[in-house]
Amino acid sequence: MSLEIAVAAALFTGVVAYSVLGGADFGSGFYDLTAGGTRRGAELRRQVDHSIGPVWEANHVWLIFVLVVWWTGFPSTFAAVATTLAVPLVLALVGIVLRGSAFAFRKYAATVAQARFFGVVFAASSVVTPFFLGTVAGAIASGRVPAAGEGDPWSSWTGATSLVGGVVAVGTCAFLAGVFLVTDAARAGKTGLTAALRRRVLVVGLVTGAVVLAALVPLHDDAPTLWTGLTGRALPLVLVSFVAGTTTVALVAVRRFGPARWSAVLAVASVVSGWGVAQYPWLLVDEVTLAQAAGAPATLQGLLVAVGLAVVLVLPALGYLLWLTQTQAWSGAPEAPAVSAGPPPGPGARPRRR
Amino acid sequence: MDLLTGLTTLAADVPDPAGLLPARQQMALSLGWHIVLACFGVAFPTMILVMHWRGVHRDDPLALVLARRWAKVSAVLFAIGAVSGTVLSFEMGLLWPGLMGRFGDVLGLPFAFEGVAFFLEAIFLGIYLYGWGRIPPRRHLLMLVPMALTGIAGTFSVLAVNGWMNNPTGFRIVDGEVTDVDPWAAMFNSGVLWQFLHMWVAAFMVAGFSIAAVYAAGMLRGRRDRHHRLGFTVPFAFASVAALLQPAIGHLLGSRLADTQPAKLAAFELATETESPSPLRLGGLLVDGEVRWSIDIPYLGSVIARNSLTAPVQGLDTIPLDEQPPVNITHLAFQSMVGIGTALALLALVYWVARWRGHDLLRPEARGGTWLLRAAVAAGPLAVVALEAGWIATEVGRQPWVVYGVMRTTEAAGNASTALWWVLGASALLYAAMTVGAVLVLRSMARRWREGDESLPSPYGPELERVEEQRR
Repeated sequence: MSLEIAVAAALFTGVVAYSVLGGADFGSGFYDLTAGGTRRGAELRRQVDHSIGPVWEANHVWLIFVLVVWWTGFPSTFAAVATTLAVPLVLALVGIVLRGSAFAFRKYAATVAQARFFGVVFAASSVVTPFFLGTVAGAIASGRVPAAGEGDPWSSWTGATSLVGGVVAVGTCAFLAGVFLVTDAARAGKTGLTAALRRRVLVVGLVTGAVVLAALVPLHDDAPTLWTGLTGRALPLVLVSFVAGTTTVALVAVRRFGPARWSAVLAVASVVSGWGVAQYPWLLVDEVTLAQAAGAPATLQGLLVAVGLAVVLVLPALGYLLWLTQTQAWSGAPEAPAVSAGPPPGPGARPRRR
Repeated sequence: MDLLTGLTTLAADVPDPAGLLPARQQMALSLGWHIVLACFGVAFPTMILVMHWRGVHRDDPLALVLARRWAKVSAVLFAIGAVSGTVLSFEMGLLWPGLMGRFGDVLGLPFAFEGVAFFLEAIFLGIYLYGWGRIPPRRHLLMLVPMALTGIAGTFSVLAVNGWMNNPTGFRIVDGEVTDVDPWAAMFNSGVLWQFLHMWVAAFMVAGFSIAAVYAAGMLRGRRDRHHRLGFTVPFAFASVAALLQPAIGHLLGSRLADTQPAKLAAFELATETESPSPLRLGGLLVDGEVRWSIDIPYLGSVIARNSLTAPVQGLDTIPLDEQPPVNITHLAFQSMVGIGTALALLALVYWVARWRGHDLLRPEARGGTWLLRAAVAAGPLAVVALEAGWIATEVGRQPWVVYGVMRTTEAAGNASTALWWVLGASALLYAAMTVGAVLVLRSMARRWREGDESLPSPYGPELERVEEQRR
């Protein structure tokens, strides 16, 4: 394997990880947004808070990893994409900023009214952001980013493939998140919430599946290179994704939530990988190949050192965190007793003077 | 002030790309905002570590309460620091396509290591925050150690990039093409070590003085209990050590400038012409090429900048006009940093010397205690001002270069301008909203803690409790 392919593989692993882990966080916003009024939605919102609270920050870093490896490994294409797709990138960025800050603010908000406000901002931006990131992927995949950059600021990302990319991103995020949320709810023994979530996950899964299938139609004319790849080299991955997606819906239907998590992850990971394999060897489709875009060999080697370090240091730590959240370990009450050692200080320990 | 920066450098006679001015303002806004949060990300975990350690090993429940509250505060700061950091990574491409397209593979490697460090910090923050009461106490405490270490690694990596922009190395330019790229040489450039130390120590000053200021304000309002004393003393101790070390580090960093960036040094010292020995100019402005309203101390300029009684500070007259930074901004920013830094070091010295001699200035009846507390309250915002001033001094002082001596800032910017002005307007609103949100939330946390509410309710708390009661 050549250096640039190794770096591209690491980069794309980041894209897949962000789609799966970050996607599940983003998708939670969909359920939060549609949970209903303050009272009716309280239990679901609390579940969202509990499920993504410990992990969203770490899952978010995949995006930074992708950006950094991209501009270091393939610098000129990063500049080209940034100048051409500035509009959707900025809109996605606004969504990321609003979402991250509003989620943290909601958790510690002073009043229910404030919590509602921050909650709406968090949930709405969670839905909007994957859409714009999806349009960016669609713009690249349909060959609308010129190698020199400065492509059309609007038509470059409003083509059929881009819009399909956006809708598919929103749908897959919601589907993934739903499977994780319903599993967490079932494990915590919240029967009412589990039943409600299960119904909604099934609807989201079927709609998303239909959209993904229907989305293949416009790709044929709008993104011929991608189409050729999807129906050729990447076909096995597309099929895996279809089977895994269908299996997930079936597993959720029969309430086998634990295994459904794995097939949902497989479905999303294979659909995203399918995109990557389909457009190989292009980085910017029909414009620049990976080999043409690669930066200096010494830098690519250095990047692989950084990636190796990440494998050794980050993955075990991330595994520990995910293990804590995805097993019984942390499925208790979201707030443990105030202090782990010794009794909580009463008013006597902290005299209040004005 | 940032607007001035842009206007002053735009005065060059080369036509500038349309995206330059909005790009500069955008970068100034987002980096200037993020750098404060970054200080907390770097220094806060170490302080929580000390507090938590005290709680576990000395069996001090009050220290545990403080550690736990600080962890919640750091969660809020970390979240908005992470998103503002993401903004910066998008902006590298959106605002500076010329720099990233050409030098992305030269300067990028440290960012990759920063990414690894940030990843670890985010993971362990998640484990630590949600681990209260769920992980055995000693192991829980250990989760803070990687966060303290990644603060060091992350700071080093980011400063490696900035050090490279100030001392570019690790590549050659042949026929206008960048070749012979050695990213390791670029990363370990000659400026990185002192720049890193300067910034790392600054982070402890900013976080330490800011946190101590909160408890000092509480004590001024009469809340001089042990809770406030402990909350003040630990961060103040960190800030004190940092403030006393900083002048020495700054001096070593600054003494490189005579060789590496004479234009920046000349602007720092307001040296219009080469004088031997050079005086130290306090205050003053450059008006029509003349220095006005400055207080000159003979010899001291040479002593401070060159470690010599006679060596001169090279004057601005030796530097072509189109290679000079905006002199007044650079000079004033530099002097503000040094002035405030000196005052903060003195404050630390006064407090600890008094304490060593048996005057505990935190006791309600102590003479001078009120003044010390007022100064400690002011020290928080002042440390932030010094940080921003230092950052302006080094960044504006590097102009007109984005890569010193190699690439001008004008070459790094793109051509989009209308869009960038809109983005700038929108980000100003966004950052203002984030600031308001953070202040609002942190204040309400403090208020509820004062009222004895230890675990804050979940997002829809009060309502949820009612829902559950109804269900029963």
